[in-house]
Amino acid sequence: MNIADKKRLLREMLYARRFEERCYEAYVERKIGGFLHLYPGQEACCFGVMEAARPGHDYVITGYRDHVHAIKCGADPKEVMAELYGKETGSSKGRGGSMHIFDVKHRFMGGYALVGGPFPLAAGIAKGIKLKGGDEIAICFLGDAANNQGTFHESLNMAAVWKLPVLYICENNLYGIGTRIDRSTAETDQHKRVSGYDIPSACADGQDLDAVFKAAKKAVDHVRSGKGPYFLELKTYRYRGHSMSDSNAYRSKDEEKEWGDRDPINHVRDEIINAGKLTMEEYKAMDKEIIDQIENEVIKFAEESPEPVVADLEKYVLAENDPWVQGGAK
Amino acid sequence: MAELMYWEAIRRAHDEEMTNDPLVIAMGEDIGVAGGTYKATQGLYDKYGPERVIDTPISENGFTGLGIGASFIGVRPVIEIMSVNFAWLAMDQIFNSAAKVRYMSGGQLESPVVIRSPGGTAHQLGAQHSARMEKVFMGIAGLRVVTPSTPKQAYGLLKSAIRCNDPVFINEHELMYNMKGEVPDEEFFLPLEGSEVVRQGKDVTLFGYNISVHWCKQAADVLAKQGIDCEVIDLYSLSPLDREGIKTSVSKTHRAVIVEEAEAPVGVGSEVMAIINEECFFELDAAPVRVSAVNVPIPYNHTLEKAVIPTAKDVVDAVLKMFGKA
Repeated sequence: MNIADKKRLLREMLYARRFEERCYEAYVERKIGGFLHLYPGQEACCFGVMEAARPGHDYVITGYRDHVHAIKCGADPKEVMAELYGKETGSSKGRGGSMHIFDVKHRFMGGYALVGGPFPLAAGIAKGIKLKGGDEIAICFLGDAANNQGTFHESLNMAAVWKLPVLYICENNLYGIGTRIDRSTAETDQHKRVSGYDIPSACADGQDLDAVFKAAKKAVDHVRSGKGPYFLELKTYRYRGHSMSDSNAYRSKDEEKEWGDRDPINHVRDEIINAGKLTMEEYKAMDKEIIDQIENEVIKFAEESPEPVVADLEKYVLAENDPWVQGGAK
Repeated sequence: MAELMYWEAIRRAHDEEMTNDPLVIAMGEDIGVAGGTYKATQGLYDKYGPERVIDTPISENGFTGLGIGASFIGVRPVIEIMSVNFAWLAMDQIFNSAAKVRYMSGGQLESPVVIRSPGGTAHQLGAQHSARMEKVFMGIAGLRVVTPSTPKQAYGLLKSAIRCNDPVFINEHELMYNMKGEVPDEEFFLPLEGSEVVRQGKDVTLFGYNISVHWCKQAADVLAKQGIDCEVIDLYSLSPLDREGIKTSVSKTHRAVIVEEAEAPVGVGSEVMAIINEECFFELDAAPVRVSAVNVPIPYNHTLEKAVIPTAKDVVDAVLKMFGKA
């Protein structure tokens, strides 16, 4: 990855960080309801992998920590924020919320809130790609704790038996809600868990954008070339609790500091500064510009957008005017 | 017009739809090389190959979810779950993914998947292979539920279900795959909503679905000889239920007996009764009655098993009692 690409990704990652932090504020102000799972700390995972893939072309599916993945695939941040505000202009028209961002035109196939639910859905999308004969791949981003669901094993098995073009990304942030991985999981190195399914796997430092990109490039190339599924584990850390209702009391301050010192955004920023392609002043100016942009465009759009109307409550339950419901066109 | 067995009708619908659309696929346990536990996909593996007729591992939630995921990008999978009892394992994907995805995506995604599965009590299969689960499926927004009582319906409902853009659950029956019935030779499609008046009558309406339609017809024959003229309604669509059809018939006969193979609590009978209450309570000349299974896990012993499930005679007795003749 060259410095220009890193600089572009630095901006995108910083945008994602500020977007999520602004969600936190809006949640505290009660502008956002429900559950809210934030991404700060894990940015290099999404951006490093998607840099190796083709956003908007490859299909992406994930769990409930989904805002940043949607935006990286091409979703308009204004629509994502409007969704969090429950507005009609939201990406899911206010019907989905934080955990169910969708942007199908950019092939972001959604955030799902049952832990492990997307594993077979991703394999199914891959099966569809294979049937249709496209060169896309399906990419499934989930956390480490999802690997303790039966769907993990069932899906890996089917993906391997049928050589499906699916890439499973495990963002191992070391906690399943509030339970540390070694207290819930016999094998804490997640990439080792797929060996029984004859699927190639690897592990990379999820705080290092370049390391993620390199590992993901290999993984994406493998899957796109028709060799079947691949599993990539990225060791990472989330700075905030599992969701906003999480006090974070189960982690030590020392541990948080240790991971905070390895911040993925600072890491790439310093690399670019050391290469003489960015100054701290320029970085700070970019940061301010991003914060202003989020405030003046994204938040403004969400604030000013209309609510859905109750008269439309039953819309989207079933297909509208589907002729086959009546046995076909008469 | 050919006489086909129920399984042959299902097989014919699969075959025609797979010829019509290369994105129609079939998947399930033993459906390919083995030809299907109930022969519903017999010969299709040889004709369409392993990419489209897929023998799955025994992973119900996994392969159902995989079919649902494929449907997100336009594939039309017909998933056979070998026994409806195993569908419990796939409930997460059916309810949380297929039924809700259109709504929670604000209409961006849909899941045009068909899930077929036989329910019902057969011959001494025991508590974990004898469930009647239609009541569970019919309470879920975003999921259509149909249940064919004849080979003709088995064919026509599956044809429409495959083409419909909603997820459809087709509740079949273990004892009905070898039932024979006339199926028109030319291609046809049946509506996924509504009900069918299978016998006109004026004194009482017998509501049945799937296998219980046949008990209702047998009971109506017996009762006709005793001077009671029964109307028989086939509720082939369980979700949505045909409110208009229920209202129209009860408004004509003023009496209703609902016959279900399942146990009574929270079931088709209670739902139809609620609709009668809401739509035409003042048309009633007698309180509606349910004929249902005894609410126990299905016992293995043959005599005990038989004692759980209603029969045509139970329907006759219920009607006679309603008319003060028992």
